[in-house]
Amino acid sequence: MTAEVVLPGVLADLAGGAKHLTVEAGGGTLGDLLDDLAARHPLLDRRIRDETGAVRRFVNVYVDGDDIRFGRGLATPVPDGAVVQVLPSVAGG
Amino acid sequence: MTDLLAIGTRKGLWLARSEDDRRTWTLDGPHLLAQEVAAVSVDTRGPAPRVLAGIQYGHWGPTVMRSDDLGRTWTETESGAIRFPEETGAALARVWQLRPDSADRPGVVWAGCEPHSLWRSEDGGCTFDLVRGLWEHPHRPTWEPGGGGGAVHTVLPDPASERVLVAMSTGGVYVSEDGGGAWTPRNRGITAVFLPDELPEYGQCVHKVAVDAGDPDRLYAQNHFGVFATDDAGVSWRSIAAGLPADFGFPVVASPRTPGTAWVVPLVADMERVPPGGRLRVQRTRDGGASWTESAAGLPDGSWAAVMRDAACADEGDPTGVYVGTRDGCVYASADEGDTFTLVAAHLPDVLVVRAARLP
Repeated sequence: MTAEVVLPGVLADLAGGAKHLTVEAGGGTLGDLLDDLAARHPLLDRRIRDETGAVRRFVNVYVDGDDIRFGRGLATPVPDGAVVQVLPSVAGG
Repeated sequence: MTDLLAIGTRKGLWLARSEDDRRTWTLDGPHLLAQEVAAVSVDTRGPAPRVLAGIQYGHWGPTVMRSDDLGRTWTETESGAIRFPEETGAALARVWQLRPDSADRPGVVWAGCEPHSLWRSEDGGCTFDLVRGLWEHPHRPTWEPGGGGGAVHTVLPDPASERVLVAMSTGGVYVSEDGGGAWTPRNRGITAVFLPDELPEYGQCVHKVAVDAGDPDRLYAQNHFGVFATDDAGVSWRSIAAGLPADFGFPVVASPRTPGTAWVVPLVADMERVPPGGRLRVQRTRDGGASWTESAAGLPDGSWAAVMRDAACADEGDPTGVYVGTRDGCVYASADEGDTFTLVAAHLPDVLVVRAARLP
C-alpha cells in the first residue's frame, strides 16, 4: 500500500528534486509515514518536524485534503492511495 | 589583508570586504536569501575561514549553515547541528549566538540558543552538545522570555581559564568556572526595573556583555535600563551610565586591544526605543565607563531605527574598527575606533548581527 506525498518546490530539492513522492503507507498513521520519509530524507523531515517529532508551527499537512491539525494530528490514518500534501502556512513578513 | 564584515539580516546574509584598510567596502550578497540570519561568526582558526550562520529557514525551522569558501557554497549537518536530546522534550527555536573559542581550543565553538540553552561544539560547528550544567540549573524554569524570546544570547569563554560567562534575556548573567559544569548567577548591582524587587539574585534582562581587553575580570553590561561594569567577573556590578544620553540600549562592545575602551549605542526607552532625537550616535569610553564621548561624524540625523544587541562589533585591527548596523538596513564602519564612520551598506533588511574578521 502506498501514498503520494506532495511537496512545495522549496522542499523538493531535499527529496532529490521530486515534488511528488511515492511512499509506503502500510495502512499506518501520518507519523509512521513521516518516520519512513525521515529515514530516506532526514533534512526534509527536519523542515517539516522539529526534533520532538511535532509538525512545525507554520507547516500545514493535509491528508486527502483535510488539515491534520483539525483531525488526529500525527495519528491521522493514511489509507492506501492517500495524498499527503505539505504546504507552508500563511505567515511571514 | 582583507577585512571581512559579515552582516546578518532578517532576509539573508551579506559579506562586505575591504582591501584598503577599511576605507572602502564592496558588498557581496545576498547569501541565504529570505532566511533570517540572527547569528553569524567568522572562524579564522582553521586553514580556511569558516562562516557559521544561525538561520531561521522561513517556515521550515532553525538550523546552522556553514561555508568554508566565504559564502559560495553552504552546507548543513543532515541530522541538525543543534538538536535537543529526546529526553528534554525541547525543540530548538532560534540560534542567537555562535562564538568560536580561542586559538588554543581549535574546533571549539559555543552556541547560545532559544529556549535558554548553551551548546558546545568540538568539530568547528558541525555538531553541538547541550551544556547540561546550565540546562539542568534549578533556576531555568523561572527564566522568563524577553520580547525577542527566552535565550542565551551572549557567550564569553575566557581563553586563559575554564571560565564561561553567559547572558540571558531574561535570567541575567551566569558564570561557570569549570567549563560549563556548575553555574552561579552574577547579577549583584544590576537592576531589574520590571520586577518588584529591583535587585534580585537573577532574572535581570541583560542585553549584552563584553570583556575588557586588559583584564578578564572587567566586564561591561548593557542592561534593559542601565549600563554597568564589574572588576571582579560579575561578583558585583556598578553603574557606569553617568554621562550617557540614555541608559537603555542593546549592544555593548569592548575593544579587543585597548583596555578601558568600549562602545554603546543608547536608545530612548522604554516605549520608544529609538536613537535620542532621531540622531544615531555611538558613545565611547576610554576609561572603563567613568566618562563617555559621543561619536557623530558620519552617523545620520533623522535616523529612527534601533541597533540590535549583536548588530555592533569591533575588529582586531590597529586602530580598532567599530561597526554598527541598524534596523533600517544601514551599516556603518569606523576604522579609527569610532572617531568617524562611513556607510558600508544601506537599504538592506533589518540588520540583526555584524561580525568582523581580518583575513590574510
